[in-house]
Parts: sequence; C-alpha cells; structure tokens
Amino acid sequence: MLTVIGLAHRLRIPIAVAVALLAGASLIALSGVNPFEAYTTLFRGAFLDWYGLGGTLVKTSPLLLAGLAVVIPLRAGLLNIGGEGQIYMGGLGASVAALYLPGLPTLLHIVLCVLAGALAGGLWGLIPAYLKAYRGINEVITAILLNFIAINLVSYLAGGPMMQAGAPYPYSNEISEALWLPLILSGTDAHVGVIIGAVLALVAYYVLNHTTVGFALDTVGAGDAVARYAGIAVRRQLLGAMFVGSACAGLAGSFEVLGLKYRLYHLFSPGFGFDGILVAFLAALNPLLVPVSAFFLSGLKAGALTMQRATGLDGTVIDAIQGIVILFVATSLAFTFRREEWRRFLDKRKLHLAEPPVARAKAEESAR
Amino acid sequence: MNMFSDLQALTDFLSTGLRLSIPLVFAALGGTLSERAGVFNVALEGCLLAGAFGAALGSFVFISPYAGLLTGIGMALLVGGLLAILAVRLGVNQLVAGLALNILVLGLTSYLSRLLLTGDGRRIVEGFAPYPVPFLADIPLLGPLLFKQDVMTYLMYATVALSWWMLWKTPWGLVLRAVGENPRAVDTAGMAVDRARIIAVLAGCAVAGLGGCYLVLSQVFLFTEHMSAGKGFLALAAVILGRWNPLGALAACLLFGLCDALQLRLQFGQPDVPYQLFSIVPFVASFLALVLFSGKVKPPASIGIRYERGGK
Repeated sequence: MLTVIGLAHRLRIPIAVAVALLAGASLIALSGVNPFEAYTTLFRGAFLDWYGLGGTLVKTSPLLLAGLAVVIPLRAGLLNIGGEGQIYMGGLGASVAALYLPGLPTLLHIVLCVLAGALAGGLWGLIPAYLKAYRGINEVITAILLNFIAINLVSYLAGGPMMQAGAPYPYSNEISEALWLPLILSGTDAHVGVIIGAVLALVAYYVLNHTTVGFALDTVGAGDAVARYAGIAVRRQLLGAMFVGSACAGLAGSFEVLGLKYRLYHLFSPGFGFDGILVAFLAALNPLLVPVSAFFLSGLKAGALTMQRATGLDGTVIDAIQGIVILFVATSLAFTFRREEWRRFLDKRKLHLAEPPVARAKAEESAR
Repeated sequence: MNMFSDLQALTDFLSTGLRLSIPLVFAALGGTLSERAGVFNVALEGCLLAGAFGAALGSFVFISPYAGLLTGIGMALLVGGLLAILAVRLGVNQLVAGLALNILVLGLTSYLSRLLLTGDGRRIVEGFAPYPVPFLADIPLLGPLLFKQDVMTYLMYATVALSWWMLWKTPWGLVLRAVGENPRAVDTAGMAVDRARIIAVLAGCAVAGLGGCYLVLSQVFLFTEHMSAGKGFLALAAVILGRWNPLGALAACLLFGLCDALQLRLQFGQPDVPYQLFSIVPFVASFLALVLFSGKVKPPASIGIRYERGGK
C-alpha cells in the first residue's frame, strides 16, 4: 500500500493533468461535441501532423523560455510574474538593435540583436527584484504593473516613432532578411529558438542542481536568516536570479521578432509570459521538465485551432481547460509524501478494521 | 484647457473619474478584507471577471439587474470558495492559487459567454439607471457627483463605510485582523484560524465581484471577454497604497480613477499621438505611488503564510 501511495505521489503531475483533462471533457460535452473526438483531433493535429508539429514547435520556443523565467528566480523565492513585460521589452530590444544598427557583419549583428533582447528583458526584470530586495515592495504587484507599462510602451512605439510609414496598424519596418533566425522544419515556421531554449534548460538544470550557485539560490529561497548566516549575499543572489530569469523571457521576445514575426508588432505576445507560470508548475519547477511541459501546452494551444475547424467547438474551451490543468497541478504539488506519516495512518486504519468498535473501546479503556 | 474654470466641465471630469474608480474600489476593498486576514488575493481579477459574467448572465436570464447582482456575487463567491479551499485548507501557495484561478476564470467566462450569451444581437442586458437623491442632487458640483448616481455607487459608499466599521469597531474585525497578524495567538485564544480566514476570503471575493457587476450593470450593459482588463491588479496596488485600510483603498482608487479620466481626456485632445502613450498613465502613476509611498508601511505580519497548528 505504501508503495502505491508513493508511486501515486511521484506521478502526481501526470495524474493531475489526466484528471483535469477529464474535467475539461465535461466542458466540451456542454457544447454537444464528443470530448473523445475533440481531444483526438486536438492531439493528432498538434503532434502527429508535420505542419501541426511545426506550429506546436513555434509556440514551444517562447513558452519554454518563459517557463525558465519563472523557474530560475523561484529557486531564490521570487515569483516572477513579469514575464509578459520582459518578453515585450526583449522584442523591443531585438528590433531596435536589428533596425537601427547598420553596417555590422551579419553574424555579429544577429548575436547583438539576440543579446539586446535578453539584456532588455533582464533589466526590466531587475526593477521589481531591486524594489523587493532593497525596499521590501511586493515583487508580484510591481511586476504586474510593469507588464502593463511594457505592453503599452511597445504599442506606442510600434504605432508611433517606429511605425512603418502607411502601415494599416501598428508595426515597424521589416527586419533585413539576413538577420532572420534559421528554420528547422522545412515548410513550417518552426525556428531554431526552440533548440536554443532546450539547451538553456539543460544548462539551467546543471547549474541549479550541481553547482554552488544553485545551492546558494536554494539557501536564499529557504529563508533569509539561514542564507545570511551562511555568509551568502542575499540581495545579490535575488537580483542575479531575477536577471537571468528575465533575460530568458527577453530572449523569448527576441526570438518572436527575429524568428517568426520579422517586425515589431503591437500586442505580439498573446500572454506567453503568463503561460510561463503554467509551464513552470507543470514541470514541478524542474528545468529539465520545462521543455516537456512547454511542448505539451503549446500542443494544446496549436491543436485548439485544428479542433475548432474540425469539430466546430470553440477554441476558448482550451483556455478554460488550461486553467483547470494548472489548478489541479498546483494543488497536487502542495501535497508532500511523508512515508512515516502514511505508515502511521495505515497502521491505525488496519487496527480499526481488525477490531470491532466495541472491543476497541474496551481495549482503550483498559489501557487507561 | 479651461477645465477647471468651467464648473460643468469640472463636474463631468470628476464624475468620469469616480465612475472609472468604482470597480477598483470594490476590488480593492475585497483585497483589503482578505489580506487583513493574512491571505493574498491575487484572484481579484478573476473575481471581477466572474462577477461581471454572473451579472450579465443573471440579468439576461431574469431580465432584472437585481438578479444580475445576485448571480454576479454568486459567481465571485465560487471563485472565493476555490481560493479558500486551495490557499487556506490545502496550503497551495497563495499567489499561485490566485493566478491559476485568474487563468481559469478568464478561459471559462470566455467559453461560457460564447456558449450562453451570443446569438442574436449583442446580448445587451438590463442595467441600473441613475437614481438622484432628492434635494441633495441639486447642490452644485458635489450634488451631481455624489448623489446623482445609480444604486451601485451608493452601494459602494455603504461597503466602504461598513468594511471600515467592521474591521475596526467590531469583535469580528478584531479576529479578522488578528489572524492576519498573529494566527497563533488567535488559536491559543480558542478561535478557529482557518474559519476566520475562509470567511474573510469569501467576503473579499464577494465584494470584489460587485466591481464586476458594476462594469456590466452600470457601465456597458453587456459582457465582453476579459473586460476586467487588469483592474484587479491595479486594485492590488491600491490595497498596499491604502495601507490595508478601506478608507485608504478608496483614496488610492479615486486617484487611479482620476488619472484614468485624465488620460482619456488627453486621448481625445491629441488624436495624432498614439493613444497607448496615454493609457500607460494610470499604471505609471500607481507604480510611482507604490515606489514613493510604500516604503514605511508594513503589511499584515502573517500574510501569505499558511497557519499550521503543529508547525513552528
């Protein structure tokens, strides 16, 4: 019995996802569509079709990086909810570097564009981290406000100073074709960003779990007093973790511009930064699992369109199902498995079942 | 701009500001109640949206804004119930639980509104009309501003006063604040910590839901997807700026509302400038206000921490 409970605990995330998908099935049934058919079309469209797979991979890239942007700072105890703003600033940084730095060698220019995006995102993320570390202001609220500021700032720039002359709605000039990121699946939009993201996830896993840097972050995350006693510069760790995390989000923005859109559009991210939080928790905050959970979630998103076309079921149902998924996963993560506690619980139950209540009451009485 | 010399224009400007701040006030009051009890309520955005959806649904089905109001509160209570179960009973990280609920409500209301509220026409629902208070409404400037509003506005005044009185002048308020500061002391005194927190979360979400009802029943008379548009998050900032006090929250929200009215006026005044430059204004204002004024205040001591009886 204990092994079964232990196994269920180890598999709690897949179980939570399965239960959430079942709950989602009832939502689908509300529309009068067969849930099994809807899910089949969705997953076939997202993963088993060449073009569908391309579409899934296109979305995997920003989701993966946005997930890392949540996982890394959370090791130090900072919840980075500013990913959306950092993606916008990253896209802005990359487009400015791509459009306004003429005459550089191509390869150097590409690297500069990518780094400019990462830097812009990282610096934007430093603002809430600084306010938290030095002023004690809740990082969640400042980051949310900074999201709105960044989104509106990019809209203003794409619709004002950077707007292409005569464009029907806010977007900038096109980036020169030499700077476009290479594609990885012929005939689709999938670009190299997803591979870079997966490599970064591996690096993050190694650094967080096998180096002193990761250990220091975990100590900071465990509590201020412990870390200070251990001689760790808490504030510097907080800022560092947030900078690296936000730089990942910034990178996501760079890749959206350089790999997919080739222009700075207003409102170019449909909430990838917020989805990053979902990705992170679905991966149980393990960087190694982040690519997997990002791939799964982008499959849901990409498949939603196929499903809508095939079954007539409204695609927003997938947004609702995603909400159910994260709710169940977050709940399942709150349960911890303590072998001893469960053993005691099971022993007590065995006792209850073995002895009839009257006999037990008597036994208890005599024991007193 | 002769806005301040012309009484009518000034009245218009101030009432626009008031109208824009009312959903924020409800949400910030809700946030204040639950944060005072030690539970972060990041789900305010979801409560607003659920309240708005419920209001539209109720008013559409029963053709009465009062029914809409009740359905709206009911929907917000559902969100509150989930938040209470997750954050208080199960000990899920309060911020994560709130964010997850926001995502869920956003998806669910979008889907259900397409399922239930579309079809012929735009599904405009029955709302509240202004109800001027006799005599008082005729006072220049203040009259139209304070007394020529609809039921929801008067309800807002009442909720502010009531929650202030409840928090500081009643035994319940004392318990509520105590579970946010020192839950162990409350437990030692023989009162149920979790129950107090759950009640505070439910009350907070219901009040925040009223903000959503206001959006539908007093402002636009129909439900649109994601119509809360970040107001719940602005309200979170207002909770801090208002120093976890209903009156302070009211003041902070009025400030945001006036900023919003100002930026709308600027948008109309400068059609050549992209409007996003102006729509940043309320967010920048609340960000700056947070940075400048929130250094010295301390939040409730046990906020965000789950109370465990056997724990340290």
